[in-house]
Formats: sequence, structure tokens, C-alpha cells
Amino acid sequence: MRKLSFDSKFEIIRFSVAILIALLLSFIIILLVSDTPFLALQKLYLGPIENLRRFGNVIELAITLSFAGLSIAIIFSSNEFNLASEGAFYASGAVAAMFVLSNSLPAIISPFLSILLGGVVGAVIVTIPAVLKKKWGASELVSSLMLNFIVLYFARYFINNVFKDPSAGYNATYLLPETAKLSKIVSGTRIHSGLIILIVTVIACVLFMEKTKWGFELTQVGRNRQFAKYVGINTSAIVIMSQVLGGFIAGVGGAVETLGMYTRFQWQSLPGYGFDGVIVAILAKNKPRYVPIAAFFLAYIRIGADKMATSTDVTSEMIAIIQGIIIMLVAATAFLSNTRQKMLVKEVRNNG
Amino acid sequence: MKDILRMENINKIYPNGVIANNNVNFSLREGEIHALVGENGAGKSTLMKILFGIEKPTDGKIFYQDEELTIDSPLDAIKYGFGMVHQHFMLVESMSVAENIVLGSEPGSSWNLDSSIQEAQAKEIIDKYHFQINVKEKISDLSIGLRQKVEILKALFKGAKILILDEPTAVLTPQETVELFEQLRILKAQGHTIIFISHKLTEIKEICDRITIMRDATNVGVYDVESVTKEEISDLMVGKSMDWNIHKTPAISGDTLLEVKDLTVLNEANIPTLKHVSFKLHRSTILGVVGIEGNGQKELVDSITGLTKADSGEILFKNELINSMSVNDIRSLGLAHIPGDRMERGIAADSSIEENMFATYTNDNKLVNKNFLKTKEINKWSNNLISEFHVKASSSNVPIKMLSGGNIQKVIVAREFTSNCDCIIANQPTRGIDIGAAKFIHKKLVELRDKNAAVLLLSADLSEIKSLSDSLLVIYNGQFVAYFEDASKVSEEELGKYMLGIEKQTELEIKRCER
Repeated sequence: MRKLSFDSKFEIIRFSVAILIALLLSFIIILLVSDTPFLALQKLYLGPIENLRRFGNVIELAITLSFAGLSIAIIFSSNEFNLASEGAFYASGAVAAMFVLSNSLPAIISPFLSILLGGVVGAVIVTIPAVLKKKWGASELVSSLMLNFIVLYFARYFINNVFKDPSAGYNATYLLPETAKLSKIVSGTRIHSGLIILIVTVIACVLFMEKTKWGFELTQVGRNRQFAKYVGINTSAIVIMSQVLGGFIAGVGGAVETLGMYTRFQWQSLPGYGFDGVIVAILAKNKPRYVPIAAFFLAYIRIGADKMATSTDVTSEMIAIIQGIIIMLVAATAFLSNTRQKMLVKEVRNNG
Repeated sequence: MKDILRMENINKIYPNGVIANNNVNFSLREGEIHALVGENGAGKSTLMKILFGIEKPTDGKIFYQDEELTIDSPLDAIKYGFGMVHQHFMLVESMSVAENIVLGSEPGSSWNLDSSIQEAQAKEIIDKYHFQINVKEKISDLSIGLRQKVEILKALFKGAKILILDEPTAVLTPQETVELFEQLRILKAQGHTIIFISHKLTEIKEICDRITIMRDATNVGVYDVESVTKEEISDLMVGKSMDWNIHKTPAISGDTLLEVKDLTVLNEANIPTLKHVSFKLHRSTILGVVGIEGNGQKELVDSITGLTKADSGEILFKNELINSMSVNDIRSLGLAHIPGDRMERGIAADSSIEENMFATYTNDNKLVNKNFLKTKEINKWSNNLISEFHVKASSSNVPIKMLSGGNIQKVIVAREFTSNCDCIIANQPTRGIDIGAAKFIHKKLVELRDKNAAVLLLSADLSEIKSLSDSLLVIYNGQFVAYFEDASKVSEEELGKYMLGIEKQTELEIKRCER
């Protein structure tokens, strides 16, 4: 085995400490607020593996979070903070639903085309802030956040007017045709064939980032743009490419979620998956190969929190605290920086 | 005179492992103008950042008037009476001179800012130090020279007794520089102590009392400015001349490979940093360009390599106009470049040695198959380069930032020299690295020349550039001021005079480099 570099060694320590602190804090808070603290803790940490259906929920959520995490990880690799993946998730879900409702293509072809279309929609949406920045220097963070709302209300108009099912009793589209839906692949759960699409996407992303010229160039652009320019990389093309790609993945994720999990398209507000993607990407250090692990971890504690909320007097918002602490500690580069500095000084002096 | 400030045994190791200050001692006497010089990366900025509370030292002590200080932030530094005028001004452009001067310590009620009190107080400090400036004017309407005065006033208003000026004349015209110096003399007369960071030795000789010289993160000497010559200072900055002992045969000049015609480059303030420069570079020769840093070398290199666009003039490489070509296209034509700013541009610090080596090879069929990396080949190739170029590292997967400066430079050289280039722009190729690595790089440069390539060598190290170059150009203030057909026939003393702008050859003599 390759010897771990100084940075990897330190990152492992930092992650473990962050998670430990978060778990410890959740433990203390639950002890303080709950009448049945031990039941609450049991539900929180063991609830997701109580039965197959619950564990299925974890996997279902992890699929969606993985798509979101991959999207953000690829975008953030270029050091651009474009958050339009959120809007891309919503719009591509809506477009995928509208597409399968407006034609009667046979099974397999219908979801395939629908997901592809979702991907294209996502790519277009996420590219808008990228182009605005390239052309006019508009901050991609601000324009992407604003764009999310434009996308939401634009798509919702069609959902609530053109494709609305009056007999549904609430704002939702007509029932999605069975031929269009992603099949369930594990009985007793709602785990759908989107899992296979995800596995393919993860492999593609890992290969892209680690084995292709473009992934290599993207990594260098993100690490030092000055260096990238000097060695002759077309930095602006690479930056745009990463956002097109990230948008496409978010779009595929939105379409897969719609076709895999719902009978109708019924989102009335932004689903929040784009922002969850940021959490996943931060935990995975923007590396596609770690995204599924991070997504699974996040899905696990969220389903655990749901279970805890339904069985005890602790609400599921509790999980927001745990999540918040972990993210804060992992993202805060200054956390444990004194320890790191001490380790480093020792290492530098040892090596002369 | 007694020391007013002492920094003792300052050490600073940055989070990326770079040792920026290594047991540095620095002291100031009350009421002096003290020059701090050293090449980029010598550690002088780090030392000043520590004094001003921007960086924390790894260890070391700071005494002010014999009292030990802990400086955790610039606010502490200001409280103790230190002021810093940064090279890039920290002013609010949309506000007036008075508002900028009092910013952060506005007089009067916190609820109701009274501009007349602000203006009166600003006026008071302006008059006290005999500045000429209108307090009501907006910063955005001021010239660079006046903005700098506002920066100085800002520090004085906050009660600065010790002023740190970071390359204050770099952005000024000669007339503005004269004015600044008058102002500094007034400040000195009123008892202020000034730290003057600069590369311009002429100016240091003119205005400073003492000088501290830094090299490779250490203090290499403190002198009375009167008692050292500019040449001695520059020797200390770049490291005492060593016997390079380069074996090379006389050059047999070949075809013209690179031709620069009437090249002009402007900086952000639209001041020309390179003025109508022309020369030709022939195959099988090493052409040296020598000068004190900041006289247009960076602009020359950047415009040839495609990193900046020239404002006027032509650059021909292999008879092709490359002015507006991309860096990648210029590189593919056969141009390699060792950058002067090794850490900022030469490498991606977080990437491994292998990634840093491979970065210019993404179009190489031996290592990349239809855009897919041949990881095994790349690994083998990079490990071969490591042994061929004697890089001290256990494997090519080590992050490059863990290496020493000399080994980082070897990685850069390995990348650039093996790329089948005909022309190498080598900017400070051996700065701040150990003798062994430097000699190795010299040998490689001569080898390339003998294989019919052309080398444009830029260096501030006189003995290096003299012994390595076949012919030699001297650059001063954005122009060539001398050309020597045979670099070995010119003395360092003579070069020094041209580098410092004391002497200049005739137009006709300089024009020989365009043949």
C-alpha cells in the first residue's frame, strides 16, 4: 500500500474528530430534551437498519443525493461556486414528467429519452451563470441562486396549468405512464433502476476525473489557475465544461428521481437537493469516488432522524444540528489548524 | 542611537511547508529610514506581515521599546504605533480623502458622522506633515501618487510611529518619487521610523540610513547604507558569486528563431513597463538578459510566452507571428518556459510531482491515448524523469509542495526541457536553489544549446548570467541599455553600471542585437 501523504493523514483525523464531536453533541442534546433519550438514540442510529423497507429508504435517498453530490463536486472542482444545480434538479424533473406525458413511447425508450432530456435541460440551466460570468463578470454564486427561482416559477407554470390533473385534488401533473417509470429492482423497497444509472454515472465521473485529459486539466485549473494558464490549458473552456457537465448530472438526477419515486410530478417548491449536493461534495472533498459514501452517510442519518421523530418526542430537525456541526467542522479549514501546524513543523524539521 | 524595535529569532513555516523565515533577527533604530531588500521569496514580506500582525510567526519574539509584544492582528499593530502602506492600496475609491483618512477611527458621535469634523481633523494631520492634498476630493479622482499619500496619512492619523512602506516607488513616476522622498524626509525629521522595502538600489542609496538584506529566508547582513556599494548589496541579495565553472564551447550562431520587434507593454495604470524593445535570438546561442528585478523582464517573458498580450509590436517565432496565439499553441510550436515565479505559476502546489510534470504533456501520444491518460506509462515516465533529473523524492506521487525549492525547480526543468523544444525562456532558473541543483540546470541549458536550441536567459545573478550567456543584453527601466556580443568580455562592474542606469550605450551599439 502507498504511504499516506501528510495531507491525507491529517484529513482523516479531521473528519473523524468532526463526526465524533457531532455525534457527541447530538447525544448530549437528546439526553437534555427527550423523556426517552435512549429510545431516541436507538431510533436515530439503528432505525434505518430495523427493517428492509427503512434501509430501502436510505438507498433511495442516497441515489438522489449522489447525483446532486456528483454534480456539485464536478462544478466545485473548477473553484466556481455555481449553485444552479438546485434549479436544474427541479426543472429537469418537471421536463422529464412533461415529456413522458406528452407522448406514448414504449418502455425503456421513454424513460431513456426523458432522462437524457432532463440532463440537457440541467446542463443548459447550470451553464447560464457560467456564461454570464465569462461574458460580464457576474458572480456565479449570486446569479445561480437567483436563476433557481426563475427556473422554479417558469417550470411550475406548466405543471400547474398545462399538465395539471384537475382530478388529483392538489397541484400535480397527470399520473405518469407506467411505461415511463423506472422499475423497482428490490422487492419490499422502492429502490429503482435509477441505482444502475447512478452506478454508471459514478464510474463515468471517476474515470473522467482521474483518467481523462479533461479531468486532469479541470483538477489543475481548480488548484492553481495561474499554473493552468502557464502550462497552456484553455482555462475558460475547462471551467465552462465542468459546469455543463455538472448541470447535466444534476438534470439526470432530477429526471431519475421523478421517474423512479413518484406517480405524478408534484414539487411546488425547490427540492433542496442541489444544496444537499454541496454538503455531499464537501464531505467527499469533491472526489467523485467518495460521493456515494458521503451520500449514504447523509441519507442514513436523515432517515434515522425521521424514524426518531415518528417514534419519540425528538423532532427530526435534530439532524440539522448534527449535519450543521459536521459540515462546519469539515469545511472550516482552520479547525484543528494548530494541530496540523504542529504536525507539519515536526515533519518539516524531521526532514531537515 | 538605541534600537526602538527588535525582532528576534523569527521563524515562519507556512501551512504548505515552505520555510519563509529561518531564525531572522531584525532591528530598527529610532528615527531612521531602514531599507529591507531581498529577492522575491527571500522572506521580507513575511517578516513585515508578522510585524504588522497579518501572519503569526511559528516562533520568535518582538520587542518594542524593550517591551515584548504579542501582535495577533493588524489592530494590535496599529495600537502599538505601526502603520503599513501596502503595494496595492487599501482605499475606498468612492469616498473622499478625509473619509478615507479617518476611516476606522471616525471622530465625533458614532451615530452621526460629521463630515466637517472629519475634514478638519484630516486637514490638521495633512498640515502637520506638510502634505498638499484636498480633503474633499474623491479617491477615484486622484493620481496614484496622491493615493499613496492618502495611505501614508491614514497610517499617521492612527498614530503610526513606525511606517512600513512596501515597494512604494514601484507605481510612481520619477517626479512622484522625488515628492515621496521629500515627504519621507519630513516624516523622519519629525521622529518617525520608516521601513522601506524596495528592489531599487539607487533609491535606497538616496534615502535610507541602514539596510537589512535577506536571502533564502535568512538575514544575511545589516549595514550602514553609506558603507556598502550597490554591487555589494546585489551580491548579497543573490548569493555571493560562486565559481560556476561552466564548460562550454564558443557559440556557433544559427538561424534566427525568435524575433521581437518594437515591443511595448503597458501596466494596469497604462504606464509602459516595456518600451519599444527589439532583438533577435539565434539557434545554438544563449542570450542573456540581465537587469535588476522589475525593469521589464517579467513583461518581456510574459508577452513572448503568450501569458500577456503585447500592446504594440511584433513577436515572430519560427517566422510565425505569435502575438495573439494561445499559450498552448506557442508551446506546441516548440517554446518552453521556466517561470520566474516558481511557486505561484510554475507549479500547482496541491498536485503531485507527476501531475506537475504531466501538465504540459496532455497532447503527447506516448502518454495520452485519445484523451485517455495512460496512467501506467505516465507513472513510469514521471519516475524516470525523477531519477534522470535527480529529484529527491520517494516517488512521483508525493505532493510537490513537500519538496525543497531546488527540487521543485528540478521538476519544472524536467517538464520544460524534455518537451522537444527549440527555444527556452529561462527566467531566474537557479534562484534560491542549492549549488548542486543550479549546476545541474546550467549543464542542461548548455546541452540544449549544443543540440541547436536557443535559450533566452534572464537572471539577476551576474556571475551566472556572465558565464552562461554567449551574448548579453542589459535591461533598465523597460529598455535595453547595452548589448555585448561576447558576454565573457565584460566585467561585472561594467554590467552593474548599465543595470543601475548610470551608463547607456549608443543606439547604434544596442541595435547590434537586432542582427
